[in-house]
Amino acid sequence: MTAATQPEAAEFGRARKRKEDARLITGRTRWTDNITLPGMLHLAMVRSPLAHAKITRIHTDAAKQLPGVIAVYTGTDLDAEQSSLPCVFPINVEATPPRHVSIASDTVRFAGEIVAVVVARSAAAAKDAADDIQVDYDPLEPVLDMEAALVDSTLVHPDHGSNKWAFFPLDSATAGTGGDADKAIAAAEADSDSIVVKRRFRQQRLIPAFMEPRSVVVDPTGEQLTMWSSTQVPHIVKTMTALSLGLPEHKVRVIAPDVGGGFGGKLQVIPEEFLSVLIARRMGKPVKWTETRSESMVSGHHGRDQIQDITIAAKKDGTVTALKGELTADMGAYLGLLTPACPAFGGFILPAIYKIPAYKFTCTEVFTNKTWTDAYRGAGRPEATFAIERIMNELAAELGRDPLELREQNWISHDEFPYTNAGGLTYDSGNYEAATVKAKELFDYDGLRAEQHRRRAASDSVQLGIGISTYTEVCGLAPSRLLGSLGAAAGGWEHASIRMLATGKVEVVTGASPHGQGHETALSQLIAHKLGVPFEDVEVLHGDTQSSPKGLDTYGSRSLVVGGIAVVNAADKVIEKARKVAAHLLECSERDLEFAQGKFTVKEANRSITIQEIAFAVFSAHNYPEGTEPSLDSDATFDPENFSFPHGTHLCAAEVDTETGRVTIRSYVCVDDVGTVVNPLIVEGQVHGGLAQGIAQALFEEAVHDEGGTLITGTLADYLVPSAVDLPQFTTDRTVTPATTNPLGVKGVGEAGTIASTPAVVNAVLDAVRHLGVVDIEMPCSPQRVWRAVQAARGAVKPVAEHATETAAGGGLGSIDAQGGAR
Amino acid sequence: MTRITVMVDGVSYVDDVEPRTLLVHYLRESLGKTGTVVGCDTSNCGACTVHLDGRSVKSCSVFAVQVDGSEIATIEGLARDGQLHPMQQAFHDNHALQCGFCTPGMIMQAIDLLGDDPDPDADSVRAGLEGNLCRCTGYQNIVRAVLDAAQKMKPAVSARQPSTIAGGGS
Repeated sequence: MTAATQPEAAEFGRARKRKEDARLITGRTRWTDNITLPGMLHLAMVRSPLAHAKITRIHTDAAKQLPGVIAVYTGTDLDAEQSSLPCVFPINVEATPPRHVSIASDTVRFAGEIVAVVVARSAAAAKDAADDIQVDYDPLEPVLDMEAALVDSTLVHPDHGSNKWAFFPLDSATAGTGGDADKAIAAAEADSDSIVVKRRFRQQRLIPAFMEPRSVVVDPTGEQLTMWSSTQVPHIVKTMTALSLGLPEHKVRVIAPDVGGGFGGKLQVIPEEFLSVLIARRMGKPVKWTETRSESMVSGHHGRDQIQDITIAAKKDGTVTALKGELTADMGAYLGLLTPACPAFGGFILPAIYKIPAYKFTCTEVFTNKTWTDAYRGAGRPEATFAIERIMNELAAELGRDPLELREQNWISHDEFPYTNAGGLTYDSGNYEAATVKAKELFDYDGLRAEQHRRRAASDSVQLGIGISTYTEVCGLAPSRLLGSLGAAAGGWEHASIRMLATGKVEVVTGASPHGQGHETALSQLIAHKLGVPFEDVEVLHGDTQSSPKGLDTYGSRSLVVGGIAVVNAADKVIEKARKVAAHLLECSERDLEFAQGKFTVKEANRSITIQEIAFAVFSAHNYPEGTEPSLDSDATFDPENFSFPHGTHLCAAEVDTETGRVTIRSYVCVDDVGTVVNPLIVEGQVHGGLAQGIAQALFEEAVHDEGGTLITGTLADYLVPSAVDLPQFTTDRTVTPATTNPLGVKGVGEAGTIASTPAVVNAVLDAVRHLGVVDIEMPCSPQRVWRAVQAARGAVKPVAEHATETAAGGGLGSIDAQGGAR
Repeated sequence: MTRITVMVDGVSYVDDVEPRTLLVHYLRESLGKTGTVVGCDTSNCGACTVHLDGRSVKSCSVFAVQVDGSEIATIEGLARDGQLHPMQQAFHDNHALQCGFCTPGMIMQAIDLLGDDPDPDADSVRAGLEGNLCRCTGYQNIVRAVLDAAQKMKPAVSARQPSTIAGGGS
């Protein structure tokens, strides 16, 4: 038996170094692509180079003759059994989502879609053969512009009858959360004491670009079919594979081993998972598919891609009177797991931290012949936050007000919580003042404003801009009943179980599925905190549906806020079971026992027993209370009643070289309020990474297609994931306003940095050049775009029609070619 | 097939390889050195970085036949006698990794960087790691880790001599 040692310090809030690191820094990793099984065959996909075409013939004979090739499958071979990839949140509940095929059999709808699969004895042989497959296409007009698509001159899915998939409205007048926004805006337009500001923002298409390319291994030789997949959602993949392909769920096991990042990009059920299952089953042998980076870029789902028409009305004293957001969102060619839900989700949070008396939101969702879009870090919330934080700056500019002061005039003050926003979300807690005061101080807001004035007055060629983002977001996905009322196919609970081992060690099973977040460390801390056992005595099990049979996985900043609460609730049950045993062994009443630091102590007596000792007593089971079972093991399923709402203030100082268009972030300060914190080291790391991705949207990244629908930013040479030299040193800090909707007071931190930072940076860039007459610069604010905007404002060049510069954005490596598709 | 003799993490191997086989595939598939990973196909990401005769290379950009007679060091050979290399320790101490996929390449490149410049400032570290992409950390803690390792690898501070696995060729 292990004698319980007391934790050295309080575990909750401790900057523990991560347990996960040991294997990751030594190369003892278990990426899916590392897996090799006896007799394993390798798959290579042949992908369409065309965005929209009829397949007229696929020439597979030559490929089949190559050494090492076992088989070649086309859509015709597999169509009868491939079913449809799932969309679990269609938003449009009146129509059936168009069939989402894993492999096209007659029509291709985006460049990168799979048209044939090679099975070979080695990955190299499979690729060689894939290159030898010729496909004849009859090209169709590609539908590429989401607004033009609404004319329906060419249909992406003729069976659906329109390129419009869904129309999602939110109206505070009908919801009872405010007035009629259209009326309020019309009244403001007619009122000389009011102002109406309208802007159009473009959320460029992004690529999640997780570092580990996706990989799938399927072994059909056991009693259960086992799939290893580089996924965020092994439980969803398991259930959906069973439902869609007609496999009995208890005969399917899905394992997410070490997963190298996801950011929403691996929140998907992918064609390659289904095809691997179908082909492994036919072969009776294990198969593996690992994508190339170019395949990943063109066929992994993309994110964002919206046009936002935003209207805000205010009194001339700055009081906002109405907000209207009209979105057009590009679904791409198919509906993925959550494709239609992502832009719609933003509607609830567009009013953000402000008191908006009248609010209206619409989202028109459109099919095009591009890679389908779906969740990417923030999924709807970054877009909404960008829109509101940009329009608040525009309103400030129109009114000649300091943008921070204008925000303060309109935000919800700390004594007004709980507060139901105009979108119908009830914010439980927050303190926007406190975060802002701290951020201003760290940033030297007043000093930088003074410098900005000096440099403007001196007409410096390098101008200084200050950008602000006072955001809030929605975390902890999600209350199941609410999801049900919105038409989602599943709920948002999370499951945990705790196994008290004989020697007092603890196994914690979570349904959350980490891919870099540090759950093993954070959940170990939670257990050490709750049960008073040493941190080192806790093992966190996850990501294998055999050891973790129930779960809804990791996304939407839910792992701690939902999954962590399930762990805490399970721990409470363990303690209550142990209390009965403790009372029995110590021969006292349960009421006389205190539990602290892992030990039950009889009040006012010098007798105690540790929970780890009780675990052994229960294991031996020689002496335990009548009428109880000899086990401390417990599980819990937690379904949140509300979301959680992190918030914060981000301030960015950007220098803009007006001669070259180059943007340099001089300082970046953020003060985030993510509630109570289990591990500040992990929280800070999440904020850093989030900032990097949000800044990347503002300055660097864009998925660009040419006029034929070919992705021309299809490699990491063309799609500008920032390197260490592209990013500044961040100053991060926190305020702590605990959430009131969960027992830990936690709010979630996975997405905050990304959601907040994009508008802070763009607001800074515009603030640097607004006095020159620049009113907008589309993202990414590349040197060329910034330079052109400055030149246009000076009258030196004509403004460029949007998207006319797109072909300049790509590089020259050519991620896709006319013969074989993506390499 | 071409016969090569190569020392990898202190072990000598003799193998017949196809001329087109990349070093990274030889390491992963022939030797089972799966600690070194493939992150892209354009040599932008640096996840596959190893040391070839003491200098960092992207092993996706080297053919296996080119390393005949050479010594390769990978992430799996860094720890000695159960002791982490100071750079590995610094990555752990400074929370310089999240998903960990870029980490092997990042650590190998960082060691090489210190071989060239044993006492870099933050900007030099950033410049030295430009060829290695990380999507999780925003690089801040990676920079911190490399600066931390630089301090700890100074001979006066640590008796450990990292020169056998630090790059620089000097």
